[in-house]
Amino acid sequence: MNIVVCVKRVPDTETKIRIAGDGKSIDPTGVEFVINPFDEFAVEEAIRIKEKQGGDITVLSLGPADAQTIMRKAYAMGAEKGVHLSDESGNCDTLAIAKALAAQLKEMPYDVILMGKQAVDLDDSCVGVQVANILNIPVVTRIIKLEFANGKAKIERESDAGTEILEVTLPAVFTAEKGLNEPRYPKLMDIMKAKKKPLDQKNAQLDPPKLQVVKMEYPPARAAGKIVGEGADAAPALVNLLVNEAKVI
Amino acid sequence: MNFQFTEEQKAMIEVGKDFAEKEILPTQEEDEKAHRFRPERVKQMAELGFFGCVIPEEYGGNATGHLCAALLTEEIGRISASWTLPFNMQMWGPAFTILNFGNEEQKQKYIPALVNADLIGAFAITEPNSGSDVAGMGTTATKVDDGYVLNGQKMWISNAHVSNCSLVYAYTDKSKKHKGMSCFLVDLNNTPGIKTAAIETKLGLHCAPTGEISFEDAKIPKDALLGNEGDGFKICMFQLNNTRLGCAARGVGIARACHEEAIKYAMDRTQFGQPIAEFQMIQEQLAEMVVEYEAARLLVLKAAFEKDQGNIGNTLSVSTAKFFAAETAVKASNTAMKVLGSYSYSSEYPVERFFRDAKSLQAVEGTSNIQKMIIARAVTAK
Repeated sequence: MNIVVCVKRVPDTETKIRIAGDGKSIDPTGVEFVINPFDEFAVEEAIRIKEKQGGDITVLSLGPADAQTIMRKAYAMGAEKGVHLSDESGNCDTLAIAKALAAQLKEMPYDVILMGKQAVDLDDSCVGVQVANILNIPVVTRIIKLEFANGKAKIERESDAGTEILEVTLPAVFTAEKGLNEPRYPKLMDIMKAKKKPLDQKNAQLDPPKLQVVKMEYPPARAAGKIVGEGADAAPALVNLLVNEAKVI
Repeated sequence: MNFQFTEEQKAMIEVGKDFAEKEILPTQEEDEKAHRFRPERVKQMAELGFFGCVIPEEYGGNATGHLCAALLTEEIGRISASWTLPFNMQMWGPAFTILNFGNEEQKQKYIPALVNADLIGAFAITEPNSGSDVAGMGTTATKVDDGYVLNGQKMWISNAHVSNCSLVYAYTDKSKKHKGMSCFLVDLNNTPGIKTAAIETKLGLHCAPTGEISFEDAKIPKDALLGNEGDGFKICMFQLNNTRLGCAARGVGIARACHEEAIKYAMDRTQFGQPIAEFQMIQEQLAEMVVEYEAARLLVLKAAFEKDQGNIGNTLSVSTAKFFAAETAVKASNTAMKVLGSYSYSSEYPVERFFRDAKSLQAVEGTSNIQKMIIARAVTAK
């Protein structure tokens, strides 16, 4: 089975984000970049598939030079090889990214394409669906379980109504939800071996973006909390505020 | 000169940080109260290769180096000082010493098993009446036809009652003074004549077991001898010069935990209408904590770097790092206690644990006074 995992470098979720001087991008100064946590679930799932039934894992990432750092992390976890689609500009929208990834995917064998359900930087949740559309293959988003039998995939995904159990033909795109698995820690020895695994680098072929970020703004500062009183006597005032001011009940 | 970590070192730091935060932190306070040691966690750390850093691949290690081991120790120590002990107990103590003084059979038998934690390691130097004065120890190993018979007592031994592979230092010939000391590899908990008991009265490091050992005509085989008879003192000094690095890195971890906790609190805590971090006296405290942490860390990394360059016997650098890191950890925890005020006095916050754990560093692996003596003697040597 040929498995391709798409990974993206995103700012560490512990990073305090600052808007850059242009007012429409993130200031990268002092920002630590990590593998997108949802993509990490995808990498772990790919490795588990390989361990269970064999297969070949290719990591695919589009981004600047240091995207290779997160690809090496996927290597240290157990992936064997990868392709880095290089782009230093960052001037692209999800459709351009999906087209570039799909163009690369068309040049390589794939049965299963895995990636996170969203990247935690911009939270667009688009690329998985767009890649599947361009390749004209099915996509199942937000999966929490993935199994294979008779050339088909059996998937579980959660919705507000309960758990859906789906079946889909391969090849297909799957986007990972938290809960799919618990990613492993890379072993020190595998971190050392990761730097010797093959990594192809190509320039990403990106269409001009159709979507422009016009402006970024910080969320408004949170208002101070209000103490309405203490004990049972305060309950009526609290209920009044919850009903009439906060309008939550 | 290069202060840049490699991509691999950064990846290893990340593993250490993730492991500490996701595996150790969730049960840390509960384990602390229960004085709980988790052997399965030693195994888990071993599987990631944590105890193989200074061990070549042929003995089950990964040869990533002392620097990598020090960085991992710092990351673990930031969350739990107790859980840095296994770096010394498995790797820098027994395994690395056997690597340097053992015969091939001993290396094959013990090193991979310590690295993968099939054996739980220890080393036994201190006695009820001898601490800093190592040569003043009273434990003896009397040679008999097919081995040695151990008699004596050891005290404050990490892992004493859970270890099955300990270095034990004892006199084979007391008349030769320190040149009559020898080092043995002993199974502390499966050898007739050896009794171990836990010491439960410690101030801190509650998740790292400590105990005492008594030897009463305990017979050990001939091949338990590490190196030659009379090598014990030399081996002991070699070992301390490596386990001391582990202690220093632990101190750096504690110091970092202290200023991180103090900074977080000072920015959150409002008094007189502003966060206390905006008061100059608090700022001075935070600034000193950060500066001293950075300085201690650089001393530790330098000592580790020197070892990776082949200078294993870098006593002056290691003692300098150990002294400063220990004192820094104690001072940082003391300052963090002041910044957090009454909250620091409660076990609801981790700072009182940092304070209790840090104090051990001024005693273990050579007291702060002993480190200063080593440093002063080195710089005044003619």
